[in-house]
Amino acid sequence: MNKIYLDNAATTRIDPRVLEVMQPFFCENFGNPSGMYSISRNAKKALDGARATVAEILNCKPEEIIFTGGGTESDNLAIFGVVEKNFSSKKNHILTSSIEHPAVTNCFRKLEKKCEVDFLSPSQEGEITPEKFTKSIKPNSLFASLIFANNEIGTINPIAKIAKIAKKNGIIFHTDACQAGGTLDLDVQNLGVDLMTLNGSKIFGPKGIGILFKKKSIKIEPQIYGGGQEFGLRSGTENVPGIVGFAKALELAQASRISQNKKYKAWQDKIIEFITKEIPDSRLNGSAKNRTPNNLNFSFLNTEGESVLLMLDALGFSVATGSACSTASLKISPILAGIGMPHEIAHGSVRITFGRDTKTTDIDKFLIALKQIIEKTRAMSAVNFSKEDFLGWF
Amino acid sequence: MAEENWIYSDTVKDHFFDPRNIQSITNEKNIKADGFGEVGAMACGDVMKMWIKVEDDKIVDCKWRTFGCASAIASTSMLSVIVTENDGMTLEDAYLITPEEILVRLDGLPKHKIHCSVLGDQALRAAIDDYKSKK
Repeated sequence: MNKIYLDNAATTRIDPRVLEVMQPFFCENFGNPSGMYSISRNAKKALDGARATVAEILNCKPEEIIFTGGGTESDNLAIFGVVEKNFSSKKNHILTSSIEHPAVTNCFRKLEKKCEVDFLSPSQEGEITPEKFTKSIKPNSLFASLIFANNEIGTINPIAKIAKIAKKNGIIFHTDACQAGGTLDLDVQNLGVDLMTLNGSKIFGPKGIGILFKKKSIKIEPQIYGGGQEFGLRSGTENVPGIVGFAKALELAQASRISQNKKYKAWQDKIIEFITKEIPDSRLNGSAKNRTPNNLNFSFLNTEGESVLLMLDALGFSVATGSACSTASLKISPILAGIGMPHEIAHGSVRITFGRDTKTTDIDKFLIALKQIIEKTRAMSAVNFSKEDFLGWF
Repeated sequence: MAEENWIYSDTVKDHFFDPRNIQSITNEKNIKADGFGEVGAMACGDVMKMWIKVEDDKIVDCKWRTFGCASAIASTSMLSVIVTENDGMTLEDAYLITPEEILVRLDGLPKHKIHCSVLGDQALRAAIDDYKSKK
């Protein structure tokens, strides 16, 4: 069966052009970049080149790019690294939102023993406003981390505005931009952030590779000790094929960003229009305007997301859900819970995320299947809520 | 984490994609049944309703609706088959059906999904209680 993959926010496949540039670094130029012979020098050259490419895209200095083992590791390095290095009795308050990726949330939870931690509540659309951020600042605020674009509902935070406020108040500011790599501008001078996480697996690059942008003036404590690679901040022999692949993937993602976004936006509009017209009692989760163009998240009342997901899978479509039933913990998505969504609505949530492989015909086929499946699951549903049961949500 | 196995058995898939004995009447006032049971909680995502018809102390018809995941759908579908096959199960036997018996017939469920299979037999017992209370 022809698979139609609409879960690009979970991960993407590797672009063949990325795989191609990685190939020579597995078996030919496999040398340790710190070696002095040509096999190593070739690897070192590629490593430096990749760093320069990434720095150019992010509009920063090459020495401000730290290659890591992925987005989660970059988030851990940023959060623990900043806090360990800069924590004091006068600067011990740290802020984040209640709808971050677990790679951020769980670091902040761990730090609750050491710091005063605030998990800011977003708006119903999933946004932390500059006003909300300003109100949460205290004289002892040290560090803040906010997601650039939300991984589930796609809402974009006003990172540039918030970073400015953070700077004014002497707060070190980090953003996890993993969901933004293919669609948003990553210029760190425009964004004004001190630290930023990106990874390969969301941008048609390899898995197990990420970066942490760290402004030169910001000091952090390494979290992995060893041979002192990556300016002493992330030891371990460099993953040269991964690094080369990441740089290529980022280059391709950013070069095609504007043209892809146009396509994504057209599909977004088409799907919203179709669902509004053809599938009653449905709701767009997240912001209608302020979201990444490749993300859509809907709730269908009186349906359960895991059933919808599995029925779509049987027809060849891959999507995600925030339903409790889809997780081992049997809890609804913390992000949907974090925007205050009632369980009844969150259970029936479906996330659709496009990628560069998505075609208009895929969207057309998907919508036909979705409509049938929502009707099928509703036909066996033991509950029969109406929009009026959830004031403020429909 | 081996217990987080997501692979459903072929029997589970069969009953999920083609559930047996679904209550197709949407207006519940129009349903004629001898016993009705409703169990479940929205917080964990499962709500189950079951209607039974009884003749000579045997369950001759068992219809259900569920708001739930693949495991809940498949296990209730299987339960409705078990209690109505071979001319119907006696109320006495049906009251004692355990989730384990349903699991065996389904060729198992992922470990963290087993709780989803307990709603069906609870709904059945509620329906039997309802039938007895009306008698």
